[in-house]
Amino acid sequence: MFYREAGQFRTSYAADQQLFAIRQDRLAVLALLAVAFVGVPLAANDYWFTAILIPFLVFSLAALGLNILTGYAGQLSLGSAAFMAVGAVAAYNLELRVPGLPLLASFILAGVCAALVGAAFGLPSLRIKGFYLAVATLAAQFFIPWLLVKVGWFSNYSSSGVITAQPMEILGYVFDTPAEKYLLVLTVVALLALAAKNMVRSAVGRAWMAVRDMDVAAEVIGIRIVRTKLTAFAVSSFYCGVAGALYAYAYVGTVQPEDLNLDLSFRILFMVIIGGVGSILGSFLGAAFITLLPIFLEVLLTFLEHRFNLNLAPGTTSMVQLLAFGALIVFFLIVEPLGLARLWQIAKEKLRLWPFPH
Amino acid sequence: MQFFFEVLIGGLLAGVMYSLVALGFVLIFKASGVFNFAQGAMVFFAALVFVTLQEKLAAPFWLAFALTLVVMVLVGILTERVVLRPLVNQPQISLFMATIGLAFFVEGAAQLVQLWAFRDISPRPLALGFQDAPIDWLLARFNMLVSRFDAFAALVAGALVAALALFFNKTRVGRALRAVADDHQAALSVGIPLKYIWAIVWSVAGFVALVAGLMWGARSGVQFALTLVALKALPVLILGGFESIAGAIVGGLIIGAAEKLAEVYLGPYVGGGIEGWFAYVLALLFLLVRPEGLFGEKHIDRV
Repeated sequence: MFYREAGQFRTSYAADQQLFAIRQDRLAVLALLAVAFVGVPLAANDYWFTAILIPFLVFSLAALGLNILTGYAGQLSLGSAAFMAVGAVAAYNLELRVPGLPLLASFILAGVCAALVGAAFGLPSLRIKGFYLAVATLAAQFFIPWLLVKVGWFSNYSSSGVITAQPMEILGYVFDTPAEKYLLVLTVVALLALAAKNMVRSAVGRAWMAVRDMDVAAEVIGIRIVRTKLTAFAVSSFYCGVAGALYAYAYVGTVQPEDLNLDLSFRILFMVIIGGVGSILGSFLGAAFITLLPIFLEVLLTFLEHRFNLNLAPGTTSMVQLLAFGALIVFFLIVEPLGLARLWQIAKEKLRLWPFPH
Repeated sequence: MQFFFEVLIGGLLAGVMYSLVALGFVLIFKASGVFNFAQGAMVFFAALVFVTLQEKLAAPFWLAFALTLVVMVLVGILTERVVLRPLVNQPQISLFMATIGLAFFVEGAAQLVQLWAFRDISPRPLALGFQDAPIDWLLARFNMLVSRFDAFAALVAGALVAALALFFNKTRVGRALRAVADDHQAALSVGIPLKYIWAIVWSVAGFVALVAGLMWGARSGVQFALTLVALKALPVLILGGFESIAGAIVGGLIIGAAEKLAEVYLGPYVGGGIEGWFAYVLALLFLLVRPEGLFGEKHIDRV
């Protein structure tokens, strides 16, 4: 009843091709944006902004980037965090060395830098696939942070490659409270997510999916494999790069390239798997899940410890976290390979009929 | 020149250690086409269980070894049952991601064992009775430093490979394993029990993980960093080919030697620390030239 599209006629090409063709979808997206832009800033406190909402948005963007590459183009990458590092360092250097460059322009250019690096490391994908490619992207994951630390220029010769993000200033307005940072990140993420949603249904996106489903067949029907795979790597790394810049400027402030390590890459991959491979919405759901799970486990363990007078060794939480992540990944791959996004889809199907039988 | 040989031999022997880990990957890949990312975690887990048994129960070496082996076999069979059997016929990439999940799970479990037994996660020493000291007569005769322990590790690896080769070529189960590796369908149709065979493969991989865990544990202490060693085994596999035991050995030797030589001769020019990524970049370049590895089988894609 709530999700019936019956009676919604599309009478022009524009109406047929719009991004959210069903009225309920449009309303839902608008409501979501209204809540995110107006409701959340009114309700949330600083802890929520800095510890949950901003990281959630930043990692959503990174997961979105990886999802474009893995979910849509079918190329597995374990180097997302390294491309984030490229974005963070590039944004820092652009702000540092190009006087008067607008902040958002430097974020975009940082994304472009990451895209170039990503495309370069995507070159092996032209000859190899699957886990061979995963190993090749591991090379990026180990090489890039090393390079960023070793070459002093990247971090303006600070010790051990640490970069400290400059204050965020747009048109003379400084974004320094958590709520302001949140709104800035939210704007960037929302725009890029819309762009991604649009891109994956365009010719580019359909070419990605064709390559994902079977690259030899895609080649036979005239899709240029080289261009398709490299654009997938470039676009994916662009998103990761912007996410890295936001990570540095809006989330942590001080970044050591080695913080953006393999572990983070895995975490981003987990967001994609749990959220839903090949789904824009899934990237957000996955990021929310992976961001909230450690907090939930922490609370749960503390509760259990007090309730049953357990004497847990320090560090137990992080081990239980590993355990939970691993178990969840296997669980989702077996039970629901399309992740949380698929559950949402099923819910929509149900809502279409509910409460009527037909 | 003397120094060059010293570095080379040191590198080759370190490479043998990589091969030990890579062997576990090859075994499972050959038999089930699964790239088992969790092998490194299993190495860590095995070493940890062994150390815990030895320290907490004061078990003698052989008893601890046997008990750990039982645990590893159980882990292997459980993995096959719970993780891989439900995923049969899924795309390889899903299986790969499942083993990443498995790796996290096993790492978490291993460290919980450690926390529970020792209340901290500092490296545990593991003694096998071989010091990391130079071999005397080599030092006296050629004035070369070759670690006694590394030489021992090379011997163990050699013995392991010989045993595996015998197992694969001479025993009934081994031949069945090779048949399964060749073609699941054909193997099934001549009456080879696939599930049983997979359980055996995972157990053998558990055994290899145990041996690798003992060697690595004795060398650098039993600690979380052992799982990173498995990551080093990946370029070895790329170089040697995923299907070849010989490839794992040769790949390990090449990576070990190249890594050490690069660190010594190239490192000073770029500021050192290149050991961390050199193997990967080497493998990456190699992939561009020969994607199937030195001994791998060439795959032909059809629509």
